[in-house]
Amino acid sequence: MLCDTAKSAAMSAPPSILLLAAHPDLAHSRVTRAMLSAAQGLSNVRVRDLYALYPDYAIDTPAEQEALRDAELLVWLHPLHWYGMPALMKLWVDEVLSVGFAYGQTGHALHGKDLWLVTSAGGSAHSYSADGYNRHPVGDFLLPYAQTAALCGMRFLPPLVLHGAQKASAEQVQAHVQAFVDGLRALPEWCERQPEPAQEAVPDDERPVREEGAPV
Amino acid sequence: MDIASPMAAASAAMGAASAAASAAVTSAVSTTDAAAHGAHGNWLLTPLVLLSAAVLAVPLARGLKLGSILGYLVAGVLLGPQVLGLISQPATVLEIGEFGVVLMMFLVGLELEPKRLWAMRRPIFGWGSAQMLGCAALLLIPSFFLDADWHAAVIAALGLAMSSTAVALATLSEKNLGNTRAGQSVISVALLQDIAAIPVLALVPILASQGRPAGGHSGGRIWLALGALVLIVLGGRLLLRPLLRWIARSGTPEIFTAASLLLVLAAAMLMQKAGLSMALGAFAAGVLLAESEYRRALEADLEPFKGLLLGMFFIAVGMGLDLTVLWHKPLAVLGLLAALWLCKGLVLTVLGRAMGLPKPERAVFVILLAQGGEFGFVVFQLAEQATLLDAAQRSVLVAAVALSLALTPALLAWAQRRAGQVERKSPHELTEPQDSQVIIAGFGRYGQIVGRMLFANGISATVLDHDADTVESLRRFGWRVFWGDATRLELLRIAGAERAHVLVLAVDDFNHSVKIAEIARQHFPHLTIVARARNVQHYYALRELGVELIERETLDSALMSGRSVLQQLGWEPHAARQMAWRFRRHSVEQTEAMRPHRGDLDTLIAMSKRGREQLEERLAAERKALAEGKGRNPWQEPHLAPGTAPVPAGAPDQPQPGKA
Repeated sequence: MLCDTAKSAAMSAPPSILLLAAHPDLAHSRVTRAMLSAAQGLSNVRVRDLYALYPDYAIDTPAEQEALRDAELLVWLHPLHWYGMPALMKLWVDEVLSVGFAYGQTGHALHGKDLWLVTSAGGSAHSYSADGYNRHPVGDFLLPYAQTAALCGMRFLPPLVLHGAQKASAEQVQAHVQAFVDGLRALPEWCERQPEPAQEAVPDDERPVREEGAPV
Repeated sequence: MDIASPMAAASAAMGAASAAASAAVTSAVSTTDAAAHGAHGNWLLTPLVLLSAAVLAVPLARGLKLGSILGYLVAGVLLGPQVLGLISQPATVLEIGEFGVVLMMFLVGLELEPKRLWAMRRPIFGWGSAQMLGCAALLLIPSFFLDADWHAAVIAALGLAMSSTAVALATLSEKNLGNTRAGQSVISVALLQDIAAIPVLALVPILASQGRPAGGHSGGRIWLALGALVLIVLGGRLLLRPLLRWIARSGTPEIFTAASLLLVLAAAMLMQKAGLSMALGAFAAGVLLAESEYRRALEADLEPFKGLLLGMFFIAVGMGLDLTVLWHKPLAVLGLLAALWLCKGLVLTVLGRAMGLPKPERAVFVILLAQGGEFGFVVFQLAEQATLLDAAQRSVLVAAVALSLALTPALLAWAQRRAGQVERKSPHELTEPQDSQVIIAGFGRYGQIVGRMLFANGISATVLDHDADTVESLRRFGWRVFWGDATRLELLRIAGAERAHVLVLAVDDFNHSVKIAEIARQHFPHLTIVARARNVQHYYALRELGVELIERETLDSALMSGRSVLQQLGWEPHAARQMAWRFRRHSVEQTEAMRPHRGDLDTLIAMSKRGREQLEERLAAERKALAEGKGRNPWQEPHLAPGTAPVPAGAPDQPQPGKA
């Protein structure tokens, strides 16, 4: 949606962005905390800190779905835990991206939105390679994200990953934060350069519930 | 004490099918008055007057915070022969009213299982006898002034040593003090007085005969009394429960009510025939049924009768107040009243201390037992009949006792108000300025949990509690708790409210809590208040003051119990947890949504009903959907041809770290 309307959006109001942050121990976070406070300075970014909102893991699904409806870009900001998202973020995916809302015959609330993953990993860039101890490039681990976005009819933008987050110098963290903020600011032009959304590449006859408009 | 009229009254009440309490009193009074006023046919007048007086005087007295008993007494004085003279037969009203005292003793007995009564044997016989004998001994001094003859003086002193069970117990239940230690002690002493009534009554003819042998006679009476008691105990043990079960099975509620009344009456009458106090018989019957499954049903059935008949009793006592004696011999009456209070007050204060009653409760114990008692009236009357006392002496005694009865509720109200104003001192008063980040006001059940959680994390907090005894016992457990009334601005300042971050408002008293919140909001606006709310009204009152972090004190524990119930019914633990959270959210939202209408009960009820219905409908719809399988398999597989799985664009085969 963002890229489709990039030109008009650039002219008028900045795109509405929903930033979902999930860090179970924000007090001891270096990267995520810095990212969050930087994003909070942007007027078009609405931040929902999941671990602050739902310390008891009791997610208010209707409220979360309502917040999603207004957003054009959904940003997920979290550290990489065991090659995936922190538990509460996963619970959010399980409960909020429900059938009839995010997917299924009548679920197309997210259709046409964009999803941007911004994450940080403890392992170095080298560790995420065939020679490293993680044995795979980081993108391999992010396949479920990409497919989740696709199933909901969202375009999955190239993730922003900071490697070696534990050992990163203050300058490196600062550069990462800057890249994040720049990315948020320059979004319409930036994502225009990205490939068209996946849905367009799937032939119509392979989408069995096309007539209902459900993104599958 | 003539049993015939209450009997008639109660049987008339049983005739009324609905067994409504008011109907009972109406018919009770009407039956007796019908006899008195038969010729006039004006029998409706007495109940009409009595009920209107009660309906007018009691709410007025309660509005003035004087208690309903004083209301009844004042109504009685106004109705009595000295003022309006509206009731022609005060004695009849008194007799019927006495049945209220009997019912009350039965209900007191119902609350005391035999085991508990056995455990109370020391307070009853030890402290009770100490009160009776101590007071009587001391009261001999003023009694000698009344009558130099020692026989008369002894009887007068014993009569004055009695306290009014009716006023004491009714006050205890009205002020919700029955379960305090002072309340229990009052009940113990009152019980002994009821037992002691037997030998005291037996003593009157002995003293009157002045040496004439009367032992054989009274010995026979004692055997008779013991026999009656054994009969009640055996009958109660073996017969009552099967009988009640049989009656309850008939499924006719009014017959169960009738049986309840019959039971009390029979026990009372049996005891009276045996020369014991009716109240004691009713008490024994009550104790025997305290463990039965019908305890609550009996209580619920008899409570309204008790209330109204007791009211009549107090009205009758008020009517019996002979104000002319006060006019003719003010010094004698007032002097005797002062002596009565002084002597008994002295003995009771010493007793209260010896019993180890908590300081704030001692005043209740002393005031409630320092008054004279209705039993004194009986003793004085008997003594006059036995020519131990003359009519003038009796009327002075009766007037002094009646005045003490009338003034006791007011005295207690005054003492309690004074106790509220003048703080009881504690050696642990907060005087040194504190500088903790957290102040905890109220360290009872609630505040302690909050505090302990903080302390466990090495967070210091300034803890205040306004109850000197609580502070004392908490300190014994090693908690650094200060004594102080957090409703005082100065104390909050010393506690460091100017620099503290959080005020934990954990006091349980509604008014105190709101007052503290008010002061804190006004004088320390930076202070975040974390509050405990007793109930929704309390929650609203705190919200009005701008307090945001409020927990309704029972909500979460009740939700945990609700979860346990769902699990016991076969729900998965996690599903039960999710439901509890959903319900919690609903409850919190609903409470908040109803806040603007907090003063409008009708709207509140309507909204609460609507909210409940909506939730129920939603949950029912979900259950239905689940049962129909809609929720189980919610969407069809896309049936993609092999090898044509969509590859989402932007799937990062090679993501570029730090891109953009």
